[in-house]
Amino acid sequence: MGGRYLEFQIMSSRLKEALLGARDTIPMLVGALPFGIIFGTLAVSAGLSVSATLAMSAFVFAGSAQFIAISLIASGSGLAVILITTLIVNLRHMLYSASLLPYIRHLPQRWRIPLAFWLTDESYAVVQSYYLQPGISSPHKHWYFLGSCLAMYSNWFACTVIGVVLGHALPGMADWGLDFAMVATFIGIVVPLLRTRPMLAAALAAAAVALLAHSLPYKLGLMLAALCGVIAGVTAERLNRSSCNQIEEGTNEHL
Amino acid sequence: MNTFEITMVTGMALITFGIRYALFAAGNRVRFNPLVTQALNYVPVAVLTAIVAPAMFMPNAEKGLDIALDNAYLIGGLAAIVIAARWRKLLATIAGGMSCFFLWRWLFN
Repeated sequence: MGGRYLEFQIMSSRLKEALLGARDTIPMLVGALPFGIIFGTLAVSAGLSVSATLAMSAFVFAGSAQFIAISLIASGSGLAVILITTLIVNLRHMLYSASLLPYIRHLPQRWRIPLAFWLTDESYAVVQSYYLQPGISSPHKHWYFLGSCLAMYSNWFACTVIGVVLGHALPGMADWGLDFAMVATFIGIVVPLLRTRPMLAAALAAAAVALLAHSLPYKLGLMLAALCGVIAGVTAERLNRSSCNQIEEGTNEHL
Repeated sequence: MNTFEITMVTGMALITFGIRYALFAAGNRVRFNPLVTQALNYVPVAVLTAIVAPAMFMPNAEKGLDIALDNAYLIGGLAAIVIAARWRKLLATIAGGMSCFFLWRWLFN
């Protein structure tokens, strides 16, 4: 009886973590909603078959890479260009997985494989801030990760289906500008993080380089801008630290 | 699905999963030095800003930089930044930014 009760307790705390993860992802779901719908409509109008559109959302599950693939198909690019672009655009996920690695390295591969497959910008933002919160000592945090991922995944797939259906019914929908939802979501994630000067420096450098290098092929400008942003952030943090040390030694007039 | 589509979706799926799983697979064998750990803190801000900036300032890639009052992406983005900075609420940022964006589109179209 006691063992059974304990088992039930563990089950319910896992489920609670998963539901909490899904709940904390709700704002991201709202932001991804129009993004997924517009993907479905654009894919069909770019000439991709319905089954390939759904398969892409089910097996690739990477919003920005899927969008770029669609625009490449529409412009008649070859397979090699599409695959190389996918690689470059998704390289940022390696940075995400590097940052989450300390939290998941104790898990068996049967956990790491699905969590890796479902790793997106949105779940990364939600899960990373959960792991960073002090004072939460649950042994089931990976269930939170899973809950966030499943919410994003089912939402993305459902939105793709809706988009495909709407795309057939309302052919002009692709021009409505629903892609702005992604811009607003990413702004909502980034701006609250800009509390320190090094973070602000990272954002400004990334924005400037992204605009200057935007004409580079295969979205190379994105990777270059991200790299410059990270370098700017690290450099600013080091300068900040050394100037703080100087201030501590001398007067406070530079403050 | 034709052969081209099957090859494309399979290739994209394998590449994307490979990127996401490589470090998770290595697990304990990967250790980062302090500089890398420090740099990783800046990844989300740098990557997401690098996606957002061109979407706001050059919504039509062919047109180049578009700093004008009738650029709804720019005005909607600025509104979203103000809301996010003031209230730090994601849903309010999305809702406010999109309302401003659509209002602007309606006004200037």
